Amino acid sequence: MLAIGILGGGLAVVTLRNVIHSAVAMMICFGSLAGMYALLGAPIIAAAQVLIYLGAISVLILFAIMLTQAGDASLPAPFHRQAPIAVVIALVVVGLVAWAAVSTPWHAASAAVGVAIEAVGNLLFTDYALPFEIIGFLLLAAIIGAIFLARRPEEDERAN
Amino acid sequence: MASLQGYLIVSAGLFGIGAFGFMARRNAILMLISIELMLNSVNLSLVAFNAYIPGAHNAGAIFALIVMAVAAAEATVGLALVIAIIRTRQTPEVDEYDDLKE
Repeated sequence: MLAIGILGGGLAVVTLRNVIHSAVAMMICFGSLAGMYALLGAPIIAAAQVLIYLGAISVLILFAIMLTQAGDASLPAPFHRQAPIAVVIALVVVGLVAWAAVSTPWHAASAAVGVAIEAVGNLLFTDYALPFEIIGFLLLAAIIGAIFLARRPEEDERAN
Repeated sequence: MASLQGYLIVSAGLFGIGAFGFMARRNAILMLISIELMLNSVNLSLVAFNAYIPGAHNAGAIFALIVMAVAAAEATVGLALVIAIIRTRQTPEVDEYDDLKE
């Protein structure tokens, strides 16, 4: 059921003609993914998915679409000329990855083992402290870069 | 079919959809959304491995959180770049960005 939501949402994202409809389909896809994380016994990841993707990135993308759409009078053709080749390449990739996933002996457990939130918190500040700090720095750089890029040039001249 | 293979196949399908969208769509924002789909599919496989492979010690969950943070940073900067390009070129179609060809 959730897999249908994920794959159907994803297909709707890449095939719908109107960009806003694609963004809504993307939110459905991300919500189904959050449900699947919860099903896998990882509620912390599900919560992060809802907060980051459903909350932040979806709103960011919707804002970007609304800032940039000049009006829905003329919707141009959504695909490049090379769309058939893209279909073939994507199907080959899916087939190879699915074949590898099925044919590899994983020695997997029969049931999903949940993630303890306390253990994740402890690991994040002990074994994975360096990646955690690097991510903090990366997010700072991204904030500064986004402010710099989104600034209008005229304001720049007015400030000088 | 709640097994590791099932989750991995869903993840592969989502990755393929994202790859197709990135290669075939003409809208710059849609290309960014497709990149997000691909990152999400990788996250799904990481969490699935973490749940089903014994001895993972929650590494997959932490990798997934790190990937989410990096994806958020990427989306921020990518959308700022796209908005800047659209502001100068007045179109979101990537076919129209052909200044270097002339």
